[in-house]
Amino acid sequence: MSDEPATGGSGAGEDAAPDSAEADASPDSAARVLLDAIQRSDLGVVLVTLGVIYVAAALVTFPDGLNSVVGLMQTLTFLGLVYALSALALNLHWGYTGLFNIGVAGFMAIGVYTMGVVVRPPDPAFGPPGLGLPLPVGIVAGMALSALVGLFAALPALRLRADYLAIVTLGLSEIIRLTLQSSTVDTFLRETFAVGTGGGRGMGMPDNPVRALFLVDGRAGNPTALGDAVFGTLGEGGVGISNNILVGWGYVLVLAAFLLGFYVFLERLGRSPFGRTLKAIREDELVADSLGKNVDLIKIKVFAIGCALMGLAGILWFGSQGNVSPTPQFMPLLTFYIFVAVIIGGAGSNAGSVVGGIVFAAVLFEGPRRLGAVVRDTIDASTPPSFADAVASLDPVAFLAYATDNVAPLQFVFLGLALIFIMHRRPEGLLGHRIETAAAVDLSADSRPDGGDSDE
Amino acid sequence: MSSPDAGAGANPEAKPPEELPETDDSPIEEAAQSTPPGLPLRVDGLVKRFGGVTAVDGASFEVEEGSLTGLIGPNGAGKSTTFDCITGVHDPTAGHVYFKDEEITGLEPHRIARKGLVRTFQIARELGEMTVLENLMLAPKGQRGESAIRAVTPGLRGAVVEEELDIRERAWETLEFFEIDHLATEHAANLSGGQRKLLEMARALMTDPEVVLLDEPLAGVNPTLEEKLLDRIHELRGEGYTFLLVEHDMDVIMNNCEHIIVMHQGRVLAEGTAAEIRNDERVIEAYLGEDV
Amino acid sequence: MGTTDSTIAGSLRDRPGLLATVLVGVVLAVDLGAKLAGVEAGPIGGSLSTARLGSNLWSGVVIGLVIGLAGIGLSMTYSILNFANFSHGDLLSLGAFTGWGVAFVVAAGSGIPLRALLTVRAAGDATPGEIGAHILTTPAAVLVGLVVAFVVTALAALALDRAFYRPMRDRSGISLLIASIGVALVVRYLIQFVYGSGRRGVTASVDASNVAFAPLGLSVDAHELALSVAAIALMLAMHFMLQHTKLGTAMRAMADNKDLASITGIPAERVVTATWLIGGGLAGASGYLYVMLRGTIQFDFGWLLLLLIFAAVILGGIGSVYGAIAGGLVIGIVFTTSTIWIPSDFNEAAAFAVMILVLLFRPQGIFGGVSTA
Repeated sequence: MSDEPATGGSGAGEDAAPDSAEADASPDSAARVLLDAIQRSDLGVVLVTLGVIYVAAALVTFPDGLNSVVGLMQTLTFLGLVYALSALALNLHWGYTGLFNIGVAGFMAIGVYTMGVVVRPPDPAFGPPGLGLPLPVGIVAGMALSALVGLFAALPALRLRADYLAIVTLGLSEIIRLTLQSSTVDTFLRETFAVGTGGGRGMGMPDNPVRALFLVDGRAGNPTALGDAVFGTLGEGGVGISNNILVGWGYVLVLAAFLLGFYVFLERLGRSPFGRTLKAIREDELVADSLGKNVDLIKIKVFAIGCALMGLAGILWFGSQGNVSPTPQFMPLLTFYIFVAVIIGGAGSNAGSVVGGIVFAAVLFEGPRRLGAVVRDTIDASTPPSFADAVASLDPVAFLAYATDNVAPLQFVFLGLALIFIMHRRPEGLLGHRIETAAAVDLSADSRPDGGDSDE
Repeated sequence: MSSPDAGAGANPEAKPPEELPETDDSPIEEAAQSTPPGLPLRVDGLVKRFGGVTAVDGASFEVEEGSLTGLIGPNGAGKSTTFDCITGVHDPTAGHVYFKDEEITGLEPHRIARKGLVRTFQIARELGEMTVLENLMLAPKGQRGESAIRAVTPGLRGAVVEEELDIRERAWETLEFFEIDHLATEHAANLSGGQRKLLEMARALMTDPEVVLLDEPLAGVNPTLEEKLLDRIHELRGEGYTFLLVEHDMDVIMNNCEHIIVMHQGRVLAEGTAAEIRNDERVIEAYLGEDV
Repeated sequence: MGTTDSTIAGSLRDRPGLLATVLVGVVLAVDLGAKLAGVEAGPIGGSLSTARLGSNLWSGVVIGLVIGLAGIGLSMTYSILNFANFSHGDLLSLGAFTGWGVAFVVAAGSGIPLRALLTVRAAGDATPGEIGAHILTTPAAVLVGLVVAFVVTALAALALDRAFYRPMRDRSGISLLIASIGVALVVRYLIQFVYGSGRRGVTASVDASNVAFAPLGLSVDAHELALSVAAIALMLAMHFMLQHTKLGTAMRAMADNKDLASITGIPAERVVTATWLIGGGLAGASGYLYVMLRGTIQFDFGWLLLLLIFAAVILGGIGSVYGAIAGGLVIGIVFTTSTIWIPSDFNEAAAFAVMILVLLFRPQGIFGGVSTA
């Protein structure tokens, strides 16, 4: 990415690309011009990032065949999208408004659990009973309850400074998780309302409706018309990609549509007077107050909106995974992952959150473990059972075997170092240096009245 | 508790609001035309204690409409605290504040601002990560787009965009008025100290206020800029705005304000014209030999 | 309109949060009394033996001492360095693993491979019984381990500061907080990489390890006693240092008002170094003692305790060492005694709820009055 200074000078508005500016600049290399153009377009940045990741994924897995390549791409895209969705929601709270909400995991849990409780049948074969209502009702209920709890959580946000709010929201997130985990609560709900949470074991999620698009009743071996067409061309009847992976890709496309919706919604919200008040609150609440903005009300609204989005992200992510349980899925570590994604991309920038989510998922989350597995396969040695054994053997190959078999902890170490590095050197993340003005109209130098107007 | 002598407070030199030019009424001027009568600002027996410290100890004064009133006093006289109490940043311990005969004591700052009373800050609080133009566009009250629903809904957003265009035009005009239009796309954090003060004032004006409280707007500003700023203030005053000005620079106050209020130890010590204040023994004593 | 502290009733009326807390406290006290007396009147009362209450309170005190000891370092870093250190919990884990590794080596003698001992049984096949580490049978080993835990963690905390926090000394508290999350991940997962992820037993079991206090009907475990003695000794040492040494005075001054302190010539960097060494050392020691109490160890136990430690520090008032100790005791007792009223899967949530209420209604804590930038 270009090394523009963090405090931009006479920056152009995000989408303004006056030809005169490029002509005035000394002739850059074609690559430089292309990079600049891509950088100015949000979609360009996202597509290029995805492209680079796909190429890397292909390089890593092509020896294992087409299914491995396409399968890894699907996993990476899925993870990238769900992290992007979550990062966008958190960005609204923290990047835009400066509300340090690290209870994200809790709100995602509320969303998906509410959906589960509303949609599960009243007399299931196993697991807790539910209300048996249709999936759309469940999704709306999940978002609504997350928003409601968000309203409740907003109250401390009105008075507490950022680090105290962080601790409170963390505590709240843990209280939510412990509540969902408690068998006492599960029993109480079953006795009083005839629904349950499943306690520590969690609950099964309803069938993914996307699957039903390809397979009648979601059952393998019984494709719908669409399923026939897709499987015939790309699947086992054609190119040879496994049908399951294709169905997975179908869901990924649905997620991409949701991402687009999130993005458009949040961009509109941000590029408006409302968005301006959010930025003002982030910078200096007293100024916003003294200029007539009802800071408390705005914070409450933003909290509710953001939490509703977190609930939806939780549903789209964990609701599609077959089973949810409070631990370890909704521990604070999840919130920290999403935080890292927002920071990588650049807090305050929606495009940054999307890019950050994708980069995080691929480079920091899934990447290392895949790489570790690949390296492990090339080593012809048995894995020492422990670190001490690996060290005691005085054999670097054995040590490497141990390291690559235990990539998980090393991955977290790497993640921690990456976070520290970003805070030291580039706190504005990948895209945070862009000047994105919060207005529904262009605010560049071109917008001067006698200099010719250019509106939205 | 010395309450202002209403008779002495009425400044014989006060001019009635000037006739406004016929041409090109900007929204600022139009708003000024409709300023209703009545005392814009009245403070009555204001008291503010912080724990054991009494910052304001029974201050009472009035600010005349369309005037440029100065508020002076030695350090610790309670001027900034009085400002804070008027604008709702602090709740007074006792006393009342009236804005156009309506009691605003203890209201939250945003409610007071919406009524038409706005202030600038002693240490300029520019919103550094927003551009200068953005800073100004933040200020107008009651923007349609400040409702989240209107900002997002496809059908309603059109009206928001329209209003944004209007506000943007006003913002450019205001920037030109203060001669900082060349900085419009700069991050506010990149501005010099004097430019930030101009930004503060421009932003305050965008709220369409009736009364503007200026808290040391000239502190740290170079003489050329200072003169420019004072010119602007006089120009605006001519358009009907009321200013209450706190400043340490005595010359500025003496030469520009038609009415001066002197505070000392949390109370109003004296009030009057520059000439009257200059010769007031109590004031001289309070400043203990400072150049008056 | 402003508050007038003329009467207690008046001030209670002005602070609804405080009023609500007092009311809840009164109701709980009445209920407790009824329970102890075996009286039942509708929802109030029930039955509760003094023995059970006593053992709850004692457990609460013991765990509270650990949390309080750990909280001292967190409170000091919060006030002197102005940020909430989210890596503090992992210092507990670090102290426990390094300390017990050495304790094992001293306790086990020959016959057990070194790597099983140093890694606290991550490698090899030794059982806790074979190693035989217990305060009653191998007091020297346990004591040596405690010292090692203190020293190693103190140095590690200082090293982490030099590497990661000092380059950011002038940045905002939030930036440091985020960086500390990164440091927490680094420390915690290095521990997992080296020591493995499983939970395992540490202390050997020894018959007659319970010391009975017949008069109170209380049965006290030897490790609980040892922990209390150690924790109180460390706290007394801390108290002595704070009150009677120049360094202690400097630390108290900086905790109160950093700018004022620097004007009066107190060497800031020296105090900062001392803060990390002492705070880190106490954290390591408390982690070590916690493992001694619980008898088991796992790589992330410190992180799981972090929120409780924060609760204690906030309750006591950030910047106050005595506040951290008092807050720790309160949180510990809430943690163990809340089971009288609420189901046991909620006792952690109860402690968090207390913390949230404190932050909402009295963010400066019990001993507060210290303002941090």
